[in-house]
Amino acid sequence: MTDSLVLAFVIGAAFGWTLERAGLADAPKLARQFYLTDLTVFKVMFSALVTAMLGLFWLGRLGVVDVSAIYVPETFIGPQLLGGLVFGLGFVACGLCPGTSCVSAATGRLDGVAVVAGLFAGVLAMGFAVPAIAPFFTSGARGTFTIPDALHLPYGVVVFGVTLIALGGFVVAERIEARA
Amino acid sequence: MASRAPQPYANPYAAGTCLGLVLLAAFVLSGRGLGASGAFAAAGTSAVRAVAPEAAQSSPYFSRYLESDGRVRPWHDWLVMEILGVVAGGLASAVAAGRWRLTLARGNGVSPRARVVAALCGGAAMGAGAVLARGCTSGQALTGGAMLSVGSWIFIAAAFGSAYAFARPLRALWAGGPIGSAAK
Repeated sequence: MTDSLVLAFVIGAAFGWTLERAGLADAPKLARQFYLTDLTVFKVMFSALVTAMLGLFWLGRLGVVDVSAIYVPETFIGPQLLGGLVFGLGFVACGLCPGTSCVSAATGRLDGVAVVAGLFAGVLAMGFAVPAIAPFFTSGARGTFTIPDALHLPYGVVVFGVTLIALGGFVVAERIEARA
Repeated sequence: MASRAPQPYANPYAAGTCLGLVLLAAFVLSGRGLGASGAFAAAGTSAVRAVAPEAAQSSPYFSRYLESDGRVRPWHDWLVMEILGVVAGGLASAVAAGRWRLTLARGNGVSPRARVVAALCGGAAMGAGAVLARGCTSGQALTGGAMLSVGSWIFIAAAFGSAYAFARPLRALWAGGPIGSAAK
């Protein structure tokens, strides 16, 4: 086995460990995000996003990392909008996302096992449907397209803005939880 | 392990910061971020190939998971190995914290059968959505979000907007749990 695959396993193990520590293996706890009684999903996700975003920005700025060499998911506006809508419906129906469903199953939760089975079915069904919806599947293709590109703003300004929005979101999240 | 009371969960901001450092390590050490649904696609391709090899070969979606000799080796896939790691890490953490328990997590007002059906259907919807979106909460929301990809932020807005919009009509799926009297 190559070093890269060993590294993938180690990174995955740290990912799974952290999700379980945060309580994100428990579907009812995740579902509370959408009924505004427990905002752990938002807090964990946006602390992680901002930490990685700031880390990458500063490592790039200090010349430690070549940010342009890191793969950025490509933008396809149409399918990412519709895909997100369908995904969100599934998310609130089952209370887990693909990553957390694996952790849920690994911690003995049978509903997590059912979500994993459903995921396989959904990926296979939509995978087979891709040729039939080919024009839509690639609609709004923009390649590597970032918010700094779209808004014609410097990378650092957008990083600062996203950080401020996340911090504001944490304040609001604490208020909502205090009321719930 | 049943003799031991489960430890409380970690502070969400501390756990999120750790998760961000894991993602940053993936960026720096592997040149890519985290993912989950892609592993299902890679592993699913081996099932498709086993049942219908021509279908896997001719499918524009599945054929990219085949290697040059037309075979599929999911254990050669970065995301499959990462997800096996996720399972191992989640299992180890739950055991270490006294939280491993064979159970069906659901609201008290929801029958086990309804919970399993909702889990299967919800999983299928997420799988279909993730194929369209080229990723899920890991590959798009977390990774693409941190990379400031426009499509990833569209996915975040659409997925959370949709989940909040459907939360009320689907509240019966969580009766007695997140929205029942036992909410806290």
